[in-house]
Amino acid sequence: MECCESRTSLSITRRALLLGGASFAAWAYLPKFARAADGRDPRFVTIILRGALDGLATVAPVGDPDYADLHGSIALTRDGARPAIELDAFFALHPAMPQFARMYKDKHAAVVHAVATPYRERSHFDGQDVLESGFAGPGRVQSGWLNRALGALPRGERVMSGLGVGATTPLVLRGAAPTVSWAPVNLPQAADDTAMRLYELYRHRDPALATALSQGLQLDKIAARGDDMRARPKNGAGAMQLTARGVAKLMAEDDGPRIAALAFDGWDTHANEGGPVGRLAQLLSGLDAALGEFESGLGAHWRDTVIVIATEFGRTARINGTQGTDHGTGTVALLAGGAVNGGRVIADWPGLKAANLYQARDLAPTTDLRAILKGALHDHLGVSERVLASAVFPDSAMVKPAQGLVV
Amino acid sequence: MTRDPQAALVALHRFGFGARGGASGDFTNAASDPRGFVKVELARPAAALLEAPGLQPSPALAAVQYAYQFDLKQQREAAAKPAPETSAATMGASAKPETMPSVTGADVMKPDARLPPTKPPLNVIQKTYRAEALARIQRATLAECGFVERLVTFWSNHFCISANKGPLARIWAGAYEREAIRPHVLGRFADMLKAVEQHPAMLFFLDNQQSIGPNSQAGQRRKRGLNENLAREIMELHTLGVGSGYTQADVTSLARIITGWTFAGREGRLGVPGTFVFNVNAHEPGTQVLLGKNYPDTGVTQGEKALVDIARQPATAKFIATKLARHFVADDPPPRLVARLQDAFSKTDGDLKALALALIESDEAWQTPLNKMRSPYEFLIATGRLMARVPEDPGRYLSGLNILGQPLWTPAGPNGFADSNAVWAAPEEMKLRLDIAAQVSSRIGDSMDPREMLDLMAADAASSETRQTIARAETRQQAFALLLMSPEFQRR
Repeated sequence: MECCESRTSLSITRRALLLGGASFAAWAYLPKFARAADGRDPRFVTIILRGALDGLATVAPVGDPDYADLHGSIALTRDGARPAIELDAFFALHPAMPQFARMYKDKHAAVVHAVATPYRERSHFDGQDVLESGFAGPGRVQSGWLNRALGALPRGERVMSGLGVGATTPLVLRGAAPTVSWAPVNLPQAADDTAMRLYELYRHRDPALATALSQGLQLDKIAARGDDMRARPKNGAGAMQLTARGVAKLMAEDDGPRIAALAFDGWDTHANEGGPVGRLAQLLSGLDAALGEFESGLGAHWRDTVIVIATEFGRTARINGTQGTDHGTGTVALLAGGAVNGGRVIADWPGLKAANLYQARDLAPTTDLRAILKGALHDHLGVSERVLASAVFPDSAMVKPAQGLVV
Repeated sequence: MTRDPQAALVALHRFGFGARGGASGDFTNAASDPRGFVKVELARPAAALLEAPGLQPSPALAAVQYAYQFDLKQQREAAAKPAPETSAATMGASAKPETMPSVTGADVMKPDARLPPTKPPLNVIQKTYRAEALARIQRATLAECGFVERLVTFWSNHFCISANKGPLARIWAGAYEREAIRPHVLGRFADMLKAVEQHPAMLFFLDNQQSIGPNSQAGQRRKRGLNENLAREIMELHTLGVGSGYTQADVTSLARIITGWTFAGREGRLGVPGTFVFNVNAHEPGTQVLLGKNYPDTGVTQGEKALVDIARQPATAKFIATKLARHFVADDPPPRLVARLQDAFSKTDGDLKALALALIESDEAWQTPLNKMRSPYEFLIATGRLMARVPEDPGRYLSGLNILGQPLWTPAGPNGFADSNAVWAAPEEMKLRLDIAAQVSSRIGDSMDPREMLDLMAADAASSETRQTIARAETRQQAFALLLMSPEFQRR
């Protein structure tokens, strides 16, 4: 037994050495936030909902006279067995999101409605590329806007890298600025000594794999501290919660990442979308639980946190022939976190009359999502308007950052 | 004939599933005639077909699934009734106690009774999925070069469905590949396209069985309408590619054209349950305009003609050529290779065997270094081949694929699994591959010498650093894990 114990502690030391070397090299180039000067240590999280979220089902314009007819059998209502949660006189939140409702009431959450990226076609994959790349059109998939924002932050000793969540890093965080990644998984780990030997081989033969491996090895330790991360998610909703719990734990560390990007799949509700209960309700409930995990897991840092939830585009205003919705345009973006200037629905409401719909089928976009993202990056992380208009969201000078999103 | 070790590595890794262990002689054979080694499989008749004892056609599987769901419903209803004690007490002694033990007895006799009691027994849907997976994995493990099987996985991913859509999709996932993909992998693209879009699994996956022409009899009667999901993905993902010039109006037109393309359900009102049927009552009447051409309402052939025309569009040739070159050669494939493949596709009216040959004949496809990462499936199959282990159970493969982000027949969306180094060489992915490699290696016996395995896998194409790393490892197990993670094994 003694022999085994001492061998274990030796190998932990070895991996710590390996990682110490690797992370030192990477972290030397990492930025510090401008706002470290005023004593704030901001956290910023982006959650991409892949598949196109139905904004009209998430935050329903129950005050719009045309809504109930367009959304038909799946429309939310102010009354009934599962009423939508009133946000103001006009908008009501899906009943599967009680945590978000509470945050909204406490002015720590906000909704942006009738929002869209500059993309006006209806392909998921191109739409996600535009949303995540920050370019005005598809086809630019080398780097994401969050990575370029990270690269634009001042460099210094107060270090932080971006955390990509999942077996693969979402495009929004891919790029030149260093990132690390983590995914909840249940698997016995390779011995640290094997990892070190492989890292040495890669360093000599395949530097790209050396970089990837050294980054992949360093973070699961922190996430495993504390409660058990190994319970396997049973379904999409449970997986969202489990993932958020792990990420919050990593981000709550003093030397943990300050910026993270997550992607949740499954929002493509073409058929049997459901109303107050059903498929979309289950997904929203998972998202809501994930927000709750961020709030509790970040603890005191929640105060300095902004979470932006965005999707590639919306869905048709009128339900289709199969109790679902097809690909559309305008939708919602959600903001949550202690640093959000919340308790409001930000919308220049276009109306749902046939003449007001985009191409006579979709909620017309009246707010450019980039204005919201720019506003959050500017006010929360201190990225300058000039950099936002050029490097982060190229050719977007005409889209001004939204004011006052952050407390 | 000159011996070319680097070209042998290209033949085995870029186009195949890697060298088999044991006395296969794969590397030597590939080194003496790399192109011939790859091409020989294409000449075999029915090379892509897969038949194995116990694998059933889609309609039979639909019947199995319907029967299973019916049993479940019966059990739920039985459970909802008063408990046996209560009924015995109120109704007195009855035949009930006799029926109960026989049900239990049947359960114990199922083959899964040998599983540990903590695991619930597999249901018939999971059993089918695993049997189909096993047949596919065994085929790939035993194949000589594996080029045809690689083509099968390419096309299967191009026309993917997801087993997570529902029980029918899971029970059909393997049959769909056997019935719609494999017969046409060395045949014509237009035939594969038709087989795919008329297969019950695809119609179910992309909701077309729910899409109803608004002016059809059923549409008028039931106030239901179009679902454009399948039509859009046919154009965006299966043929023309996004941004190739079609419009929203074209998508809607195609959706109308293929209304009525459905499959017969449990009751068999429209035909044999689980078979493709054209339901004229759900079909939108009238002429439709698609990509500038009129398609009069000729019933099912309206859609079949449309698919034939879409398959012949230059955009389709370009889209397929690019995707194939990206899959086999490089994330940014050489433009000359793409042009050559596009040309081969167009000139032969989509002959996929000619397309595969054009790939193998081109010089661009043989350029080194090997830079693409193996996908998780390729990684795990190559591992099993090198170990010369033909699995009798797919469990380890399936869980490995889940962990590495490529669950079999279950991509996150209709665009299939990603095909780039950004995805398969991501940091978390590398860590997980290392953990898997260590796990696999922990099970190898002392009869395997990793230095000999390296010679079987790459011979003199292996780098001196890799050779040294393996030779200096602490244990055989560690050496084998390092071999599996070496650039030579991971890149293709």
